[in-house]
Amino acid sequence: MSTLEIRGLKVTVDTEQGVKEILKGVDLTIKSGETHAIMGPNGSGKSTLAYSIAGHPKYTITGGTVTLDGVDVLEMTVDERAKAGLFLAMQYPVEVPGVSVSNFLRTAATALRGEAPKLREWVGEVKSAMEGLKMDPSFAQRNVNEGFSGGEKKRHEIMQLELLRPKFAILDETDSGLDVDALRVVSEGVVRAKEANNLGVLLITHYTRILRYIQPDFVHVFAAGKVVEQGGPELAEKLEANGYAEYVSA
Amino acid sequence: MTTLQSNLLENHTPTGREEAWRFTPLKRLAGLHDGSAKPEARDSLSLNGAATPGVTFTRGAITAVSSSEDSIVNRIRNYTSEGAILTIDKDVVVTEPIFLNRISGGIQTAELSRVQIRLGTHAKATVILENTGDSVLAEDLEIILSPGSDLTFISLQEWDSKSVYAATHNAIIDRDASLKAIHVTVGGDVVRLLPKVEFVGPGASVDLQGVYFATEGQFFEHRMHVDHAVPNAKSNVNYKGALAGDKSHTVWIGDVYIRAAAEGTDTYELNRNLILTDGARADSVPNLEIETGEIVGAGHASTTGRFDDEQLFYLMSRGIQESDARRLVVRGFFNEVISLINNEVIQERLMTRIDNELERAGK
Repeated sequence: MSTLEIRGLKVTVDTEQGVKEILKGVDLTIKSGETHAIMGPNGSGKSTLAYSIAGHPKYTITGGTVTLDGVDVLEMTVDERAKAGLFLAMQYPVEVPGVSVSNFLRTAATALRGEAPKLREWVGEVKSAMEGLKMDPSFAQRNVNEGFSGGEKKRHEIMQLELLRPKFAILDETDSGLDVDALRVVSEGVVRAKEANNLGVLLITHYTRILRYIQPDFVHVFAAGKVVEQGGPELAEKLEANGYAEYVSA
Repeated sequence: MTTLQSNLLENHTPTGREEAWRFTPLKRLAGLHDGSAKPEARDSLSLNGAATPGVTFTRGAITAVSSSEDSIVNRIRNYTSEGAILTIDKDVVVTEPIFLNRISGGIQTAELSRVQIRLGTHAKATVILENTGDSVLAEDLEIILSPGSDLTFISLQEWDSKSVYAATHNAIIDRDASLKAIHVTVGGDVVRLLPKVEFVGPGASVDLQGVYFATEGQFFEHRMHVDHAVPNAKSNVNYKGALAGDKSHTVWIGDVYIRAAAEGTDTYELNRNLILTDGARADSVPNLEIETGEIVGAGHASTTGRFDDEQLFYLMSRGIQESDARRLVVRGFFNEVISLINNEVIQERLMTRIDNELERAGK
């Protein structure tokens, strides 16, 4: 059982207009096996939270702590965070020209597992992950995210989630840009990863539709850089009906 | 030898103000440009292995097929009328690559070398020229493609660190013939390589691909000149370069001329540079001159950019440590061209060299 704990997290970014505070004291605790949905309007800082936890250099931490089983995550380099068990499924995964999916996945798995996976078993793992996400085998020979459709990028992110077996996954708007079928396939992948590894999930979304496939244990409303309300799955239903108006104006 | 030496000196000596020389560090050319180099007959090029039927490699008299205004080429031609000649007879299709190796000659004296690669009508071959060791070498290399012939020419500049290589690779391409050239420059102190293409019959095509990686103090210049003088020829140029380390300097010049007679021309040239550290300089100049509007297409692009931190973040967020992530991105950048070399041993050797130089430059 692991715990990812975020306490009083404050984050700024440098903009052309100067330093801007995006996160204004975020508190959140996620345990293995739990699914937390973070919902909120555009610009509320949801993605900043995701990237700050992953260690993107664009964001400056000005206060608070992030710990994984008591160990300071904010002191770690980006790769060390991944090795500690954190995974970020990105909303806009980055193209890496000339690097094949197959080479990329094996390099990442080797780094995370501390040794190169045995080729035979690895080929099987990749094959089954791709089948689960209904991806064509030729996908492995393509360059990372290069020319991928929106749906392919998201499938590729979730394929990594299944293969790299983190303790906690932050899914940053994984549902955006997916049609109904793709949403179901991708969500099933997340559920498989949860069941296989007792994964804790922080699921960032605007919409409730992904929550039909990935049942949240907790729902947090995020507005103006912090959590403004928490509840169970019923909170998502309320947001679906009423929108974010009351939180934004408040 | 004295006569020849004086011929060397009779030529025009570039001052560095000429367009063709303005980027080149003349002082580092070991006297190849001004005739002060001490020439020595070395015959450093050899055929690796036995010639197969229809393939001959000889030394003998050479008559230049191309014209050149290049001062170094003219010095070579004044100095010697002999050189190495690789011939692939007409209708001969050579399936295995033909390797030409270089014997390192050191840097105390210079070699002025002439080479011709001749393909007969409808001949087809792959020629791989491997430049290794330390040498001071000026080379006038001509590629003569008869109608319908098809050559893949791979020239690998894997020189040791003191080499000076100033070469013109001049291709004369006849009707419906096709040249694919891959130039790889990863070693040497100064490399100045001038791939030139002259179309002499319609329907011919050329694909010039190249990669270069310069680290601390290295100067690599690739200056191509594609002359569309006849109708319906096609040219594509794609060069990718990376630079790392203080005073690493690369130059890429892509001159394409579409003459009035060259209707139906289709040409595109692209140069991309990746700057990995401070203190590096990449010059990139595409030039397109068009004398007829009756063409299929003509375009060029040039980009020079720094390492993409988003790529680095993406890879590192998957547990890949920074140095490995950088290596992956640089390998990926070069892979587009290096993967065209249909030989896994060479591919891996080049990638390993690039890895090692990258690692050294990062320290």
